[in-house]
Amino acid sequence: MAQSVVVQVGQCGNQIGRCFWDLALREHAAINKKGIYDDSLKNFFRNVDTRRNGDGVDISKGKIRSLKARAVLIDMEEGVVNEILQGPLKDIFDSKQLITNVSGSGNNWSVGYKVFGSQYRDQIVEKLRQTAEHCDCLQCFFIIHSMGGGTGSGLGTFILNVLEDEFPEVYRFVTSVFPSGEDDVITSPYNSVLAMKELNEHADCVLPIENESLFDIVSRINQMVTSGKPGTTVKPESLITLNEGGIKKKLQEKPFDTMNNIVGNLLLNLTSSARFEGSLNMDLNEITMNLVPFPQLHYLVSSLTPLYTLADVNVPPRRLDQMFSDAFSKDHQLIQADPKHSLYLACALLVRGNVQISDLRRNIERLKSALHFVSWNQEGWKTSLCSVPPVGHSHSLLALANNTCIKPTFIELKKRFTRLYKKKAHLHHYLQVDGMEESCFTEAVSSLSSLIESYNELDVTKGLPIHDPLRLNIVI
Amino acid sequence: MSVVTVQLGQCGNQIGYEVFDTICRDLHNSQGFCCKRENEVYQASCKEHFFNEERSGVPVARALLIDMEPKVISQTLLKAARSGRWKYGQHSHFCQKQGSGNNWAYGYSVHGPKHEESIMNLIQKEVEKYDSLRGFSTIMSMAGGTGSGLGAFLTQNLRDAYPNSFIINQIIWPYGTGEVIVQNYNSILTLSHLYRSSDALLVHENDVVHKICAKLMNIKQISFRDVNQVIAHQLGSVFQPTYSSEGSCQYRRNPLGDLMASLVPHPEFKMLGLRNIPQMSENSLSYTTFAWTGLLKHLRQMLISNAKMEEGIDWQVRPPLLGLPALEKVPHNKESHFNTSIANLVILRGKDVHSADLGGFKDPALYTSWLQPSDAFSEWRTHRAFNKYEKSAALVSNSQFLLKPLDTVIGKAWNMFASKAYVHQYTKFGIEEEDFLDSFTVLEQVVASYCNL
Ligand SMILES: Nc1nc2c(ncn2[C@@H]2O[C@H](COP(=O)(O)OP(=O)(O)OP(=O)(O)O)[C@@H](O)[C@H]2O)c(=O)[nH]1
Ligand SMILES: Nc1nc2c(ncn2[C@@H]2O[C@H](COP(=O)(O)OP(=O)(O)OP(=O)(O)O)[C@@H](O)[C@H]2O)c(=O)[nH]1
Ligand SMILES: [Mg+2]
Ligand SMILES: [Mg+2]
Repeated sequence: MAQSVVVQVGQCGNQIGRCFWDLALREHAAINKKGIYDDSLKNFFRNVDTRRNGDGVDISKGKIRSLKARAVLIDMEEGVVNEILQGPLKDIFDSKQLITNVSGSGNNWSVGYKVFGSQYRDQIVEKLRQTAEHCDCLQCFFIIHSMGGGTGSGLGTFILNVLEDEFPEVYRFVTSVFPSGEDDVITSPYNSVLAMKELNEHADCVLPIENESLFDIVSRINQMVTSGKPGTTVKPESLITLNEGGIKKKLQEKPFDTMNNIVGNLLLNLTSSARFEGSLNMDLNEITMNLVPFPQLHYLVSSLTPLYTLADVNVPPRRLDQMFSDAFSKDHQLIQADPKHSLYLACALLVRGNVQISDLRRNIERLKSALHFVSWNQEGWKTSLCSVPPVGHSHSLLALANNTCIKPTFIELKKRFTRLYKKKAHLHHYLQVDGMEESCFTEAVSSLSSLIESYNELDVTKGLPIHDPLRLNIVI
Repeated sequence: MSVVTVQLGQCGNQIGYEVFDTICRDLHNSQGFCCKRENEVYQASCKEHFFNEERSGVPVARALLIDMEPKVISQTLLKAARSGRWKYGQHSHFCQKQGSGNNWAYGYSVHGPKHEESIMNLIQKEVEKYDSLRGFSTIMSMAGGTGSGLGAFLTQNLRDAYPNSFIINQIIWPYGTGEVIVQNYNSILTLSHLYRSSDALLVHENDVVHKICAKLMNIKQISFRDVNQVIAHQLGSVFQPTYSSEGSCQYRRNPLGDLMASLVPHPEFKMLGLRNIPQMSENSLSYTTFAWTGLLKHLRQMLISNAKMEEGIDWQVRPPLLGLPALEKVPHNKESHFNTSIANLVILRGKDVHSADLGGFKDPALYTSWLQPSDAFSEWRTHRAFNKYEKSAALVSNSQFLLKPLDTVIGKAWNMFASKAYVHQYTKFGIEEEDFLDSFTVLEQVVASYCNL
């Protein structure tokens, strides 16, 4: 079985990464009862005998000794990474996997990309190589970062380039937290648009995330818990308001943790069929093969259902089919988007647990008439069945949509960029960085425009009558 | 004497397992509905075909397991070992670390050449175990990357390395709305390549088998395992031993060769479909009795009306009246959806099998004009019942059965190809637009040929 390496960059990347590793350990602990280092563990973890010379030697079989995450942690501040090293996960990382600085990128993409990029390039390559050398078949890099800040956005996309140069054969999957409307970082539109150009050109596939959506999902889970019975409407004011206060309070205690767990689960479910057995496996290389019809159109909108599998809560399970319906609804998407009313280029359903092929087929039949698919991919469904359910639950579903519903996010981003750029606001912070020129901005925004245009061209075909092209004529 | 089964990719391995398990269970089935001696001959013949005898006494399947990722193979080996009834050979599998990612080009152009030597050696070693080799039977889906791409590559290699052996490809036809988005591309590439190197393609349509599970077997939540058990039953019903000739007590030595000889008279026509009757849940089976006349009447109507199963047969369809000029014959055919055959093989198993009258299948009106009806129809029989059915019949047909599914797959692939969607994923591994066009050309030709029967 192949292996994956997680590259977590910047504050957001590392905070999400921490949640991911915590969940990954928990999942394997629940499934791997015998404490044997097996192929599925090997996907994300090394097994190391630390008692031997310094770095430790990889043990390929037998009992679990000491698990080490296949990860590189990078931040140009040291706060979050240090916290991780002092926290409960400290044993799965060691100093050889880290790159930190103390100054941060000051919410400036060009500081991350240009300054730290050139300064740390060699170090980054070396750590990536070391991590890669521990794999016998490295299949995929998972980059986790935010688009709005300086480090994750700038250095994160710099690393994307490095990966393409150094490991051209290895997939690059990027989990990107897009800034929301009321983002606290003023320069986030600049950073995001500059980063978008890199994602357009160098990622194999991108999973965009919006904090607003994560927040809404967390609220809904809490609501479900406090309302007792799922599906019954809660009386106005009383519970919900109390509840939302509860979340806010919780968020202040441990900012982002519950939200980041959702992203952690996204990565777990995305890789579950590659790690565990099932009657219809889906390896990571199948994701791009099925969901990316044209190289640039590689943005996938994701949703995870049932919601209660995302939190440690016990809610009586609902009808299986509800899980499928919810996956297409607006409020289960990890970005603010409505796939149902936009155009699908392709759609994947990754199922875990006690679900069979007939359940998949029934639900596809049931749901497909309400969805719009592009004319040349009317049956654009990819499915997988992994027999190992998420910890503590009987089944779950991850839906990935290559859908034009992502377009509004990009248009909104461009609008906010243009608003700043028209006034040349904060521009000098960028232009004073070596190698940054105005052309970087114009090229970045035109890259975004052409992406939006590609989605436009697809959107106009929606609802048009479909004409089958003439077939080859055989004369006999 | 022997046929090597090559299980390829997830689908091929999962189905292969069920085939051997079904055969093995049938072997030990006490309700053979025949005398003890006959049963013993049957068992011996079955073992000789499908298993190597090991000193331990546990039969070892004459099969090779091939996949490019390890999970399916380790699951399959484990399941077989746990059955206790049979197992796979110790060194009869080959896997790598990552699959072909549903990319035919990757299976065909990357995995194929890279592992050609190891896999061909593995096959060579297996073949050396037998005193004589009759041929190969591969099991593979055509929608994924490994079974389809690597499968097509290996079939070519087998053809070159074993020019005198038969090759039959068991093809799993994907669901209409599939598990794989690029399935129609992978399918046309697979079919067009197999058409060059294989002797026959025996097709199993997932949609059809799924429906059989729902409607006939009465299964509520249908798993791949259920689907695969039906496919295994269907395959067993063809390849389990039958008498070599009418009135003989000798079992057929070379069923694969006999099947090809009867069903594939011309290399342009090698798409075989399979129909079975009866198929039902064990529950219903225990209080149902069958008569050959009824079973065969249904099976014949399934043939001429192209019904996929016993339920929902169109009884209005009739063979065209012979002697009418061709011009009038064609529209009549279209209207009534009459299914024209090139050749058919009916296999009967069970009680009173010699009393069963197959006259209805010998009607010249069922066949194209260019074969003598006596050459176009064959029958195999045995007293030994198969798999709990007191009486059962299977029909392997080289007819217009697959015309529509094939036409649909080509049409969908062509629509996608017109937009060039996903093509870059193939050119990355050396399969160019030209190659697609070649495949389309080959298959449009096949469609046209079957259309004009
Ligand atoms: N979901 C989530 N979003 C976060 C988290 N931390 C920060 N963000 C978002 O990320 C963006 C800010 O980027 P950061 O990751 O903090 O910045 P950075 O990459 O560390 O870059 P600099 O701090 O400028 O060096 C904002 O849009 C935040 O809302 C987190 O833990 N979870
Ligand atoms: N009947 C049946 N069909 C299956 C089974 N497993 C997969 N399929 C079908 O096979 C196709 C997918 O191909 P796979 O066999 O999984 O692919 P593969 O050959 O392993 O190739 P890669 O995974 O792409 O390397 C789809 O059409 C599935 O419906 C099975 O156990 N039974
Ligand atoms: Mg920071
Ligand atoms: Mg596979």
